[in-house]
Amino acid sequence: MPKTKYDKEYNVKQYLRERFFPHIWCPGCGHGIVLGSLLRAVEELGLDPTEIVMTSGIGCSARISGYVNFHSLHTIHGRALAFATGVKLSTPKLNLIVPMGDGDALAIGGNHFIHAARRNIDITAIVMNNRIYGMTGGQFSPLTGYGQKATTAPYSTIDNEFDVVKLATAAGASFVARSTTFHATECIDLIKKAISHKGFSVVEIFSQCPTHYGRKNKKGDASNMMELYKKTTVPIGSKKLEQDPSLIERGIFVDNKEAPEYCDEYEKIIQTAMKGRA
Amino acid sequence: MNNKIKFVQGNEACVEGALYAGIDFFAGYPITPSTEIAELLSMELPKRAGKFIQMEDEIASMAAIIGASLTGHKVMTATSGPGFSLKQEALGYACMAEIPCVIVNVQRGGPSTGNPTHVSQGDINQAKWGTHGDHSIIALTASNHQDVFEMTVEAFNFAETYRTPVILLFDEVIGHMREKITIPEQGDLAVVQRLRTSVKKGVDYHPYLPREDGRLPMSDFGSEHRYNVTGLFHDMWGFPSNNPKVVRELLHHLVDKIDNNVDQITRHREYWLDDAEYVLVSYGSSARSAIHLAKNRRKRGNKIGVLELQTIWPFPKELVRRKCAGARAVIVVEMNMGQVLHQVKSAVDNPASVFLANRIDGKLISPTDIKTLLRVIQGKGV
Ligand SMILES: Cc1ncc(C[n+]2csc(CCOP(=O)(O)OP(=O)(O)O)c2C)c(N)n1
Ligand code: SF4
Ligand SMILES: [Mg+2]
Repeated sequence: MPKTKYDKEYNVKQYLRERFFPHIWCPGCGHGIVLGSLLRAVEELGLDPTEIVMTSGIGCSARISGYVNFHSLHTIHGRALAFATGVKLSTPKLNLIVPMGDGDALAIGGNHFIHAARRNIDITAIVMNNRIYGMTGGQFSPLTGYGQKATTAPYSTIDNEFDVVKLATAAGASFVARSTTFHATECIDLIKKAISHKGFSVVEIFSQCPTHYGRKNKKGDASNMMELYKKTTVPIGSKKLEQDPSLIERGIFVDNKEAPEYCDEYEKIIQTAMKGRA
Repeated sequence: MNNKIKFVQGNEACVEGALYAGIDFFAGYPITPSTEIAELLSMELPKRAGKFIQMEDEIASMAAIIGASLTGHKVMTATSGPGFSLKQEALGYACMAEIPCVIVNVQRGGPSTGNPTHVSQGDINQAKWGTHGDHSIIALTASNHQDVFEMTVEAFNFAETYRTPVILLFDEVIGHMREKITIPEQGDLAVVQRLRTSVKKGVDYHPYLPREDGRLPMSDFGSEHRYNVTGLFHDMWGFPSNNPKVVRELLHHLVDKIDNNVDQITRHREYWLDDAEYVLVSYGSSARSAIHLAKNRRKRGNKIGVLELQTIWPFPKELVRRKCAGARAVIVVEMNMGQVLHQVKSAVDNPASVFLANRIDGKLISPTDIKTLLRVIQGKGV
């Protein structure tokens, strides 16, 4: 097999806490691919690991934070962005990366998600969207969408889903992108840009859960599910959309470098307050 | 004397205490009767390069202060009943992950939205058991503004010493009443700084391995040592574990580090206890009425004393037992349906001699309210 850039030139092991392996993920779970892309992005950027704080909530996805040799803060379900906000505002030089499950980010954590976006605080949120509550065994999430099966929707879901890209954009995120685990090299690039971006960045990555979503919805095994990501998504603005509007776009939707960042703005408050006293 | 004298609300005395202790991060969400604390800190913190943030709710506020504490900052949030309920899950996280932080609850009437602008002391048990699972907690209170100031400093000190959340259980009367305070010079009151690890770069640092004295030196996020913090049971690395020995030992550590230090953590005041035949046990604003009554009755030769508790949790059982030992009757004066009463009954030698003088209608319990009960106990009729 030809060696690709993806598996050859990196030394991601330097960022892993091998002591804590094996990991908890099922064979074929997409979350490991997201971790792979994330670590490659960190390596390409040459970030100092002592300046990275990875904060996560609860879920299969959230377990990422334990495996990386950064400062890691594994918190409670849905609140990772609020914890991250405290870390970031108190010490703005730190790079905050927040991997989140779809339920974590947008059900229980939906309020924190929109408010972090509204503040445009410099945090990178990676939504690992498997359209299911993986950790608790396959209940539907706010990203499952209509007409799907889940353990709590045995007859099929009647709940509509959020569009993460539109939601993040409307809430004020200044960098918004989407990709899938099939497009792991594209993910490296998007995550790199998201981390480098100063402001609230959201990268939604479709990540297969063959164990629950796949099985319940007869999507086949992990490779079949990834194959579907390939077939059902296209780069933003692709001609194919004209024939098939149901295709989902991948790429960078928002990249606004002008939007004021929250910690920078707070610094101005400090300047004003200190002058006021002098 | 350069000591600063101020005429302030209790909430402001709390802010002054927090500033004295070195607070540099506050996150909160407005709620009566605690809001002045957030308002004042939004003004004061940036003058000292500290950070203030108004979060989207109390859950987020609690989460944000925990995050900021991990970067080495002294942190606080302030709230009241409904907001205190919302904080409980993250409060338990701070217990489990051993993150120093201070939570002010200026109590108002509950349950639910209850009686937002009126006094209550109904959250005593919630402070201890609001979050799920076995754990121990430190909760302090005060009956006058000088003590509010000092207890706030103590709260920060205990948070650092024991690596734990500390709750300040004030009440609406204390929060809003105005009174004189004298702000001590820096150095007059002890201020405990964070204990940071001396482990050098490149040497393994175990964030959850207690020293011989039980304390756990910390390492700020952003400095050399990179470690894992989690709300799951965890080993000395901070890595999740469900090994029964690890689970048992961690739970014991979390409880013992507080319960075994009850003497160090206990703060109280006492008035005329030496020969007291009747002991009033009280705290917070109700203690003011208890003291007032005792003072007046003393003038008439009644042997009444007051034990004012400032540390509510861990409950100072032994202190209460000793101070009440010679009393004919003990009257617990509080504004709830008998939350500290229950603790006092289980502390004293003769629980049948313990009575409750309370008010639960949003009105401050008055000396007359206490006197009425006292007269019944004394067999003097109403
Ligand atoms: C307050 C609270 N409610 C519910 C749970 C149970 N719970 C744990 S993970 C989870 C959902 C995980 O789904 P998602 O965020 O999509 O992550 P995934 O496991 O799919 O990666 C739930 C509901 C919890 N831990 N805390
Ligand atoms: S349950 Fe699903 S999301 Fe969780 S590890 Fe298994 S495959 Fe991944
Ligand atoms: Mg999920």
